[in-house]
Amino acid sequence: MKKGKIIRTAGPLVVASDCLGAKMYDMVKIGDIGLIGEIIELKEDRAFIQVYEDTTGIGPGEPVELTGKPLSVELGPGLISSVFDGIQRPLDVIKEKEGDFITRGIDVPPLNREKKWDFKPFVKKGQKVEEGDFLGEIEETPLIKHKIMVPSGKNGTVIKIKKGKMLIEEVAAVIKSEEKEHEVRLFQVWSIRKNRLVKKREMPEIPLVTGQRVLDTLFPLAKGGTACIPGPFGSGKTVVQHQLAKWSDAQIIVFVACGERGNEVADLLLSFPKLKDPSTGRPLMERTIIIANTSNMPVAAREASIYTGMTIAEYFRDMGYSVALMADSSSRWAEALREISGRMEEMPGEEGYPAYLASRIAEFYERAGKVICLGSDNREGALSVIGAVSPPGGDLSDPVVQSTLKVVKVFWALDDKLANMRHFPAINWLNSYSLYAESIKDYWDKEIAEDFSEIRQEAMKLLEKESELQEIARLVGVESLSDQDRLVLESSKSIREDFLHQNAFHPQDTYTSLRKQYLMMRTIIHFHNSGLKALKEGINLEDILKLEIREKISKMKFLEEKGDDPDVLDLFIEINNVFKELLKKKG
Amino acid sequence: MHKEYLTVTNIVGPLVIVEKIVDVKYGELVEISSPGGQLRRGTVLDVSTERAVVQVFEGTTGLDIDKSSIRFLGGSQTLAVSEEIVGRIFDGSGNPKDGGPKIIAKKRRDINGSPINPQARDYPSEFIQTGISSIDGMNSLVRGQKLPIFSGSGLPHARIAAQIARQSKVLGKKEKFAVVFGAMGITFEEANFFIEDFRDTGALERSVIFLNLANEPTIERIATPRLALTCAEFLAFDLDMHVLVVLVDYTFYAEALREISAARKEIPGRRGYPGYLYTDLASMYERAGRIKEKPGSITYIPILTMPEDDKTHPIADLTGYITEGQIMLSRELHRKGIYPPIDVLPSLSRLKDKGIGEGKTREDHADVLNQLFACYASGKEARELALILGEAALSDMDKIYMEFAEKYEDEFVCQGEHESRSIADTLDIGWDLLRMVPKGELKRIRPEFLDKYYSLEK
Repeated sequence: MKKGKIIRTAGPLVVASDCLGAKMYDMVKIGDIGLIGEIIELKEDRAFIQVYEDTTGIGPGEPVELTGKPLSVELGPGLISSVFDGIQRPLDVIKEKEGDFITRGIDVPPLNREKKWDFKPFVKKGQKVEEGDFLGEIEETPLIKHKIMVPSGKNGTVIKIKKGKMLIEEVAAVIKSEEKEHEVRLFQVWSIRKNRLVKKREMPEIPLVTGQRVLDTLFPLAKGGTACIPGPFGSGKTVVQHQLAKWSDAQIIVFVACGERGNEVADLLLSFPKLKDPSTGRPLMERTIIIANTSNMPVAAREASIYTGMTIAEYFRDMGYSVALMADSSSRWAEALREISGRMEEMPGEEGYPAYLASRIAEFYERAGKVICLGSDNREGALSVIGAVSPPGGDLSDPVVQSTLKVVKVFWALDDKLANMRHFPAINWLNSYSLYAESIKDYWDKEIAEDFSEIRQEAMKLLEKESELQEIARLVGVESLSDQDRLVLESSKSIREDFLHQNAFHPQDTYTSLRKQYLMMRTIIHFHNSGLKALKEGINLEDILKLEIREKISKMKFLEEKGDDPDVLDLFIEINNVFKELLKKKG
Repeated sequence: MHKEYLTVTNIVGPLVIVEKIVDVKYGELVEISSPGGQLRRGTVLDVSTERAVVQVFEGTTGLDIDKSSIRFLGGSQTLAVSEEIVGRIFDGSGNPKDGGPKIIAKKRRDINGSPINPQARDYPSEFIQTGISSIDGMNSLVRGQKLPIFSGSGLPHARIAAQIARQSKVLGKKEKFAVVFGAMGITFEEANFFIEDFRDTGALERSVIFLNLANEPTIERIATPRLALTCAEFLAFDLDMHVLVVLVDYTFYAEALREISAARKEIPGRRGYPGYLYTDLASMYERAGRIKEKPGSITYIPILTMPEDDKTHPIADLTGYITEGQIMLSRELHRKGIYPPIDVLPSLSRLKDKGIGEGKTREDHADVLNQLFACYASGKEARELALILGEAALSDMDKIYMEFAEKYEDEFVCQGEHESRSIADTLDIGWDLLRMVPKGELKRIRPEFLDKYYSLEK
């Protein structure tokens, strides 16, 4: 293999000479201990390399091995339930080999080479196949059937197909095209910086149900859509991300902990095997892949980690699954970019970030989408991406936030004022938006209830009105508002406290189905409208506010979910009765 | 024998540039001898075939181009550790400062440490009772957490940190316990306050102290916290001790880092701090934690003074993004004479949820703390409203909340410097306050707890 020589080391950046023939983004091995790096710039025969491990002890004169291959991930059975670092090294294997602390120069294959998988073929000898077609499947976990697909560009005829238990490196099938024979193993290798191919992109129009009321009802994300959650520290970004990873109805979750806290990853690792998927009752870990590059792990690997996660997510999307990728936090990734760019002495853009920051962010989010996958069956797959952003001081003019907002369609604005009042999820209902609300409308009205979007609209209006009224109340006092307006204040307070506020740590409250969300919101709105009507009939506002049923409304969220939610339905009728009685009493 | 170089070509701020070097590695430890023969240490920050940039820990005062000589020692900076280290005082570079002998190394540890494999981490969930209501009750600390104190100049963060170090205990357990204290750029008086306090309470025998005072070399400050943490890792994961690490003041640390960055002419990030400040801070903060199947733990309380009490300042801001919450001190409370002046609203402990509740503190803890937060927030809002409109304009409920906020500050937050409250006492005081509010308003408390505790009288 060709070798270069190090001429400079500065933190995560190494410069090597004698590298003619090396290509951009090729992977290299550095020094005598073989640290992994990637070429990010070429000047004459010199290569600038970002190193994915700590470079202490590396100096000029040491060799650089040019592998000639791009930095890639292995895609195949064994991915699910794994925890990888930023360049797809399995952390559990590292722990077994090296102990509790991560050392350098560890060379372990991403996927288990010794495990045997039971391969069930779908095709027969002599059958014609095209790229993306399923050759067969492996039941990787009870939740996930791992499809083995024809690699891209390998259209042809199956001339050999195996069956039964085998290792991932064994040849499962041979495909013949134009006199060439391609061996297909159970895993494929793909460069992390290259999008996986699809047949066609489509518009996302089915909601990704997360069980989080403020998200699902007010600011929904579509399957295949993109969202971002910016917010200052302590506003609950990570809790929201974790809730999404736990409850969203995607089939596969890829969680990228990018430059965040080690203890948070530990929390995921300890809680996911115990948590049950609400629809199947199986442990959540059986559909989850975690990429963990915590803040104290090497900075360059942090840069790679989101691409590693994305490529894995795309691979499962290609099987026709609905996949959700969470990146927490993209600001740390951008900072890694900035750090490397600074060491290369590039001309900085805003806030010291490199000038290509915006285009990198756009490229990343554009890898999400609802697609028609490769393959003759024209199956659909979706990849939704949710990125947390941590702007300095919570300042939304930060270049990472701004570049992200230009491309994502859903904006969940976290607000530290709400967090200080312990209103969680602290998502500001006035600033947030979702551009999918229109395209999802049909789904809601058809699948959940025909007046879903209408009721949602009414709730939004009430909240908007509340902020106007609060302004006035602040100037002239609540007393000077009309009874109607005061009822608006009370009802929107009820929306905020009884609907939007959601306790992630309460066993019932942590997840609410779309159907129950609708019923809850309908009940609140119904109470409001009944109240308005009663006011017109001359009933006192105080009498309406004193109604005991309001306490029941505030406890709706704690009711256990069952079937058609008769308890919440009953409330609706009860409201009618209560108001009838009020009128009767008045005579 | 190591080669000696006389080829210094530039001295810029804390940096020395040496040319015509052979076989130098990145991060290597360096010994510099000044024309007067005095020895200093440094580390290689950037190395190419022709030259190396060396950062000198003790500063460059007195160095010259002509006579200063440099030796590259191979390997990076290490700390000698053994059981004997407990009870000792060192300077910011790890040399004994208490007149005692040098530590005979049982092991030498790289002061930069290695990241803990996330897969090996155990999630911190053991409640630490500090005896301070506003921490225990509202922002509970757990073993293995990193919880900084965000302070301002003139606020009593030192007294609070000392009180935590003095009173901390885990309920119902007696275990090996140690305190590692590191001072970065603080004054002699402040450092002495800690040492005297440790001495008075007998804590000194189970403490390790690293001191880099205000008049000592700035650059040494880069090493001081790493020495302290390396020592803590040894005590926690080799000797199975529960270690509390207190480091003051990170603002000075960050300034030292900025100085080096400026001398290297790096592109500055926000407010002149280098773009890698986050990564640099994280490499230290993340050394706190617990490891599966190991009994020891590192609980970490870094202290920083926010310039102009501004929590969006890069040092506070980046710290908040890495640590698991923060204890925020408030000048307003301090002015009112409330000790400890902890502002509970912007304070936060991210790990509290798994550390409190039945079997750990008390079943009603989570609900009580959520309710106290909500009531206090409403009270403060009412107070603001009263300032604008006058008290007469408040509704009856607002008035109750305003009174609640007053009493909350006076009775719950305020306590003596040597008063250690049990968690049960803290929660009972909380209930005493909540009884001021009509039962129907207490929406954050589950009905069964309301029934059980609300009507109880103390």
